[in-house]
Amino acid sequence: MASSITVNGRTHSVDADGETPLLYVLRNDLKLKGARFGCGLGVCGACTVVIDGKAVQSCDISLAAVAGKRITTIEGIGGIGNMHALQRAFVAEQAAQCGYCTSGIIMTAYALLAHNAHPSETEIREALDGNLCRCGTHVRILRAIQRATEAVR
Amino acid sequence: MNAPRKLPGNLETNRTLDRWLRINRDGTVTVYTGKVEIGQGILTALTQVVADELDVALERVRLQPANTLSGPNEGITSGSRSIEESAVALRYACAEVRELLLQRAAAKLGDSLEKVTVADGVVTGPGGAVSYWEIADDDMLKREATAQTAPKPAAQHRYIGAALHRRDLPAKIAGVASYVQDMDLPGMLYGRVVRPPAYAARLTALDVAETQAMPGVVAVVRDGSFLGVVAAREEQAIRAARCLARCARWHNDTALPADMTPGEYLLRQPAADAVISEKSDAAVKQRGAMKLSATYTRPYIAHASMGPSCAVAQFEGGRYQVWTHSQGIHPLRREMAKALGVAADNLTITHADGAGCYGHNGADDVALDAALLARAVAGRPVQVQWMREDEFAWEPYGSAMLVKTSAELDAGGAIVDWQMDVWSYPHSTRPEGKDGVNLVAAWHLAQPKPAATPADPPLPGGGSHRNAIPLYDFPNQRVTNHLITHSPLRASALRALGAHANVFAIESFMDELAAAAGADPVEFRLRHLKDTRARAVIEAVAQKSGWTPGALSDGSRGRGIGFARYKNLGCYVAIVAEVDVEAELRVTRAWAAVDVGLVVNPDGVINQIEGGVIQAASMTLKEQVTFDRERVTSRTWDDYPVLKFTEAPQVEVTLVNRPDLAPVGAGEGSTGPTAAAIANAVAAALGARVRDMPITRERVIAVLA
Repeated sequence: MASSITVNGRTHSVDADGETPLLYVLRNDLKLKGARFGCGLGVCGACTVVIDGKAVQSCDISLAAVAGKRITTIEGIGGIGNMHALQRAFVAEQAAQCGYCTSGIIMTAYALLAHNAHPSETEIREALDGNLCRCGTHVRILRAIQRATEAVR
Repeated sequence: MNAPRKLPGNLETNRTLDRWLRINRDGTVTVYTGKVEIGQGILTALTQVVADELDVALERVRLQPANTLSGPNEGITSGSRSIEESAVALRYACAEVRELLLQRAAAKLGDSLEKVTVADGVVTGPGGAVSYWEIADDDMLKREATAQTAPKPAAQHRYIGAALHRRDLPAKIAGVASYVQDMDLPGMLYGRVVRPPAYAARLTALDVAETQAMPGVVAVVRDGSFLGVVAAREEQAIRAARCLARCARWHNDTALPADMTPGEYLLRQPAADAVISEKSDAAVKQRGAMKLSATYTRPYIAHASMGPSCAVAQFEGGRYQVWTHSQGIHPLRREMAKALGVAADNLTITHADGAGCYGHNGADDVALDAALLARAVAGRPVQVQWMREDEFAWEPYGSAMLVKTSAELDAGGAIVDWQMDVWSYPHSTRPEGKDGVNLVAAWHLAQPKPAATPADPPLPGGGSHRNAIPLYDFPNQRVTNHLITHSPLRASALRALGAHANVFAIESFMDELAAAAGADPVEFRLRHLKDTRARAVIEAVAQKSGWTPGALSDGSRGRGIGFARYKNLGCYVAIVAEVDVEAELRVTRAWAAVDVGLVVNPDGVINQIEGGVIQAASMTLKEQVTFDRERVTSRTWDDYPVLKFTEAPQVEVTLVNRPDLAPVGAGEGSTGPTAAAIANAVAAALGARVRDMPITRERVIAVLA
C-alpha cells in the first residue's frame, strides 16, 4: 500500500505498510541513513528526527502517524559541502568518537535551538537527556552546541 | 643460519614493505593497515605518521579498509596497542621507503644522496627534480623491511604531534552512510535471528507455517537451535522474527547462580591459583605496626554499544563475502570457516565501521549469523542487525571480579608489606579459541561447535591480572591470581579488562592506608613511588586540580585521586575526581594528567581520555548486568542505565608530552584510575567507603548506616 511522506521538503510515495516505523522508511526506502537504529523503543535517541519542529524518535512512530507532517532529517539540515552551523561546530570541536549517536544528538539540538536560540548549559543537558552517548563524548558535544549558538548569535 | 631480525611493531609479523603501502602513479599513497576504526581515531593517527615519515602531504594518503585479501594481518584492534603495533610499523616502513625513493631519485638525477631534499614527494637536487610518482614501481616495495632507517626525530615532525581533525568525522557528522549498518547493496535482503530464551535452552518444537506466510518473508532458517528469518524489508524481518519466537518451544536447562553480588560467590569456585609477583625483605617486614585489609568487587559489566551489532553477508558459488565491524577480521575468518565447515579461503572479510564497541561485543557473532542466513538465499546479500535485547542478553560481558587486599604500615607511615588476591573469570573469549568456536550461533547448530576453553591474556599485559601488580615500590609484596575458568555468564574483553577492578582496589586501598597513616593521598602515593613518569602525572593532576592536602569535606563534596600505568607498560594516567553526594551521587568534575610518550595526535589522546573518564564514571556509578536463575534480565536501556547528559562531568585533560619516547595508546588508560578516583572522592565526601561497584546511592546509604 503506497503512502505519501514529506521529508526535507520533498514528498515521496512509499510502498510500505502504514505500521512501518518511520526509521525504516527513511533508511531503506529513501536511503537517508543518518537516523540510526539503536533500541527500537524510543529511549536512546540514535534515530532522532524533527517532525513539525519537535525532536521525535523515528523508531517509535509509524509511517501512518506522520502523514501530512513536515519531517526533517540530518541530511535535510546540511551535507558535507554545505554544513549547518551545528554540524560545523561538531567538526570544529571534534565532538564525536564513533559518531553513531551524533545525527540524533544534532537533530535534538536543532529542535532545541529552533525554540530557544540561546539555551543555557543546563537547558542543553536537559534537552539531550533522551540521547545516549556511550563513547563519553558528552563534554565536547555540549561545547559544540554552545559554539553553534554563538555562531548563530 | 641467523634468526630473522626482530622488527618493530607489526612489521615483525608482516615483513614485506608492499604489505603496508604502495606509491601510486597518480600522486597518492595507498596504506594498508590491519587495524580498524572503532571511534578512537586510529586511522587519522596512522595517516599523520605516514605523511611525516614519507614527506608527503596528508591529502595524498589513502587508507584501504582492512580486509582478508590484502594488507597486513594485525590480529585484533584491542588493548590500546594500535599505536605501538601499527603506527610503529608504519613509521619504520615509511622511513625505509622514503630512503629507497631518495636513492632512486638521486640516481636518476645524477646527484649524491646527501645533495637531494624532498618535499611533498618531490625530490630536488642540483640535477633537477623528480617525484615519487614518476620513479616508484610495483616491484620496488617487494622486499623485506630492514627497519634500519631511523624514523624522524620529533623536531622534524610536521603532522605527528598536531591536533589534526579526524578524517572520518565530517561524513559521520553530516549523516552520510558510514557504517556497516548503513550498507545498501543491490538486491539486499534483511535478516533477524531468534535467539534461545537463555544460554542453555534447546529448541524442542517449531511451527514455521505462520512465519513463512507473513508478508515479505523469503526464508525461515532452522539449524538445530539456531533460528532466523530473511525478508524483503527490514520491518518485515523484525515482525517475522517475533512471530517465529512465539512459535518456538524450548527446553531450558540453564542454571545461573542465585546471587553473585557482592562477589562471595567467586570465592567458592574452584580456581587455578598463581602467584604473579613476590618480593620479600624480612627485616623491613618486621617493622609492620598496623595491618589493614579490605575486599573490593565489580559486577559483570556490558559493552552496551549504541549500535547493535550488524553484518552483511553474501553466499554465492560456495564462497562467502562478509562485511563486518569486527575488531579482528583474520581471527574471525578462521572461526567462521570452522563454524560453516568450509576452508578459510572460501571467506573474504572486509571491515566496515560500526558503533563504538569498547571490546569484544556482538560484532563477530552477527557476522556468522549473517553468513548462515545468506546461505539460505544464495546470491542475495543479507544484512543482519541484532535487536537491542539481543545485544544486551548475548554480548560477552566484562567479568565479575573480587579483589582482597591487605597491607602493613610501619610507625612512620610506610607500607612494608602488600598482599593482594584477585578472583576473576578469564577476560578473553574472542574468536581465536584453540579448541572450539567462540561465536554464539555455532553453539546452537544441529552439529554444534562448542566454545573454546576460555583463555586469560597472559602477563605482562594480563587479563584478570591486568594491573594487579602495583607500580609502587613495596619491599614485601605478594600478588596472587585466582582464575576461575568457566563463567556462568558469557564473558570476554571489555575496555581495560581486569585493570578496572584491580586499579579500583589498589588505589582505593592506597587511600585507606593513607588515612590510617594520617597522610595526604597524593603525598602518600609519591612516598611509595620512584618512577619519575608516574610521579610527574600525579604531580601534574594535583597541580591542575588545585589539590589541597588536608582539605576537609563540606559534607556534600569530595575529591579523590587514582593512578595507574596501564598494564604497567603503557600510558601513565592520574585522575582527580570531584563528587557531589548531596542529592544524587554525581561526578561533577574530573582532571586527568596523561603521559603516552610521543603524542601522535594530542586531540585524539584528549578525546580518548575524556571518553574513558566519562565511560568509567558510568560503569563505576551505575552499571551492572542483572540476571535471575535462568536468564540475563538486563535487556533494555531501562534495565541497564548508563550516564546521561545531565550526569556527565566536565573533564580537563593535561598531556605530559615526551616526544623522544616511544608512542603508546591511550584508549584504556583512564578506566581504572577514574573508578578509584571516584571511590576515593565519595569516601572523602562522606567519611565512609563503598568497596563494591557500582557505587550507588543505596550502597552509600548502607555504609553510612
